[in-house]
Amino acid sequence: MNGAKIQVNKFSFYYGLSQALYDVSLDVKENTVIGIIGPSGCGKSTFLRSLNRMNDTISDTKTEGEIIIDNRSIYGKDTDVVEIRRKIGMVFQKSNPFPKSIFENVAYGLKINGIKDKNYIAQKVETSLKDTALFNEVKDRLNTNAFELSGGQQQRLCIARALAVEPEVILMDEPASALDPTATLKIEELIQKLKEKYTIIIVTHNMQQAARVSDFTAFFMLGKLMEYGETNKIFTNPSKKITEDYITGRFG
Amino acid sequence: MKRHFDDELKNLNNNLLRMAIFSEEAIYKSVEALKNRDKNLALKVIEDDKKIDELELLIEEAAINLLALRQPMARDLRFITTGMKINAELERIADLAVNISQNVLELADEPLLKPLIDIPKLTVIARQMVKKSIDAFIERDEKMAQEVILNDCEADKLRDLIQKELTDEYMVKDGTTAPRAIPLLLVARHLERICDHATNIAEDVIYMVRAKVVKHHFEELKNE
Repeated sequence: MNGAKIQVNKFSFYYGLSQALYDVSLDVKENTVIGIIGPSGCGKSTFLRSLNRMNDTISDTKTEGEIIIDNRSIYGKDTDVVEIRRKIGMVFQKSNPFPKSIFENVAYGLKINGIKDKNYIAQKVETSLKDTALFNEVKDRLNTNAFELSGGQQQRLCIARALAVEPEVILMDEPASALDPTATLKIEELIQKLKEKYTIIIVTHNMQQAARVSDFTAFFMLGKLMEYGETNKIFTNPSKKITEDYITGRFG
Repeated sequence: MKRHFDDELKNLNNNLLRMAIFSEEAIYKSVEALKNRDKNLALKVIEDDKKIDELELLIEEAAINLLALRQPMARDLRFITTGMKINAELERIADLAVNISQNVLELADEPLLKPLIDIPKLTVIARQMVKKSIDAFIERDEKMAQEVILNDCEADKLRDLIQKELTDEYMVKDGTTAPRAIPLLLVARHLERICDHATNIAEDVIYMVRAKVVKHHFEELKNE
């Protein structure tokens, strides 16, 4: 136990007989942004989904090793998986707001957790929308359908939805890849702001994005963690040639 | 995987080599002009400096474009940023050759105060240091770069020797020699400054190869 928010110890993952992750070990400090990069099929998204057990929804999978969050193993026998997913929220590449109003999208998580106090809910919705810099854009139309928002706004709404249930970690799987440059910039600025309160792990195909937003970068290839370190070092002087070849576009 | 970017990096490399050749030639010609009291050669060095200045701007613009458009990382980034610094150092070296040529113009109408012995020696050191520092850059050779840095002391000592001789043996003993002594003193100083710029290039090469800054830490380098 070393004080890191998340500790991954020799974690392996299998889809049936096919091994997708091999002995991955890394520590994530609280209130940092970790960028995960690597070529397609390298295991980045599999790894991300392992952190909040989203892979449990896929049949015939197996894990080895440990993932420890706040000094507790998340693959333990008595782990409350629903609680894990509240604590470790997720945002996906394609934003997926519910077919409900903007307000109801953010309130949903609170309501299904049994919260009935309307004032509390309204307060939480407002705070979450403010935290994602969306409130001013939507405050006069909270009851309109979420699908009327732009792509970038929908994505920020999904982040607000995740924030409303007070997570500690936010996982983002290519959150900006479907967005235009302006919306992407807003998401990146948001990540910088959110790390003051949360620990964020972001998978991205865009190396420049990883360079811009993350404090630490993990480079995966063929299911293995090849290198993990401070972002400025990874992008100016990586330790391994294979990392350098990838980030300079000599392969990939 | 071959990248279009590799051709652009090669162009940058080649232009820096050209810059180095021009600067080194300028040093050689300016001191030849001094030895032979050749005003025409001195004027040629001054005139040719324009093309060196143009090349410097070309290299700088190309490097900035590469940074903006290619978002280079790791060794490519270090190569381009080091290349930009070396570009500036080479341009300063060429300017110092111009300064030497200007001193030649002051001296050319009268016989030299004394036979030139130590200034040519210092010129050889300066040219060797410049050439070696550029070779170190082209070859990515850290050891060669370290040798350049350690050579700088020799240049400093020779400059001090020249200064002492011109001051103690000439100007102090006979004040009327000052108009012919001072330009020679300045030539020695310009040559020693050229050696300093070669040292800077070598330090930048070590950063490029090792991603470690050794500027202002040459004492540690000696102990490595």
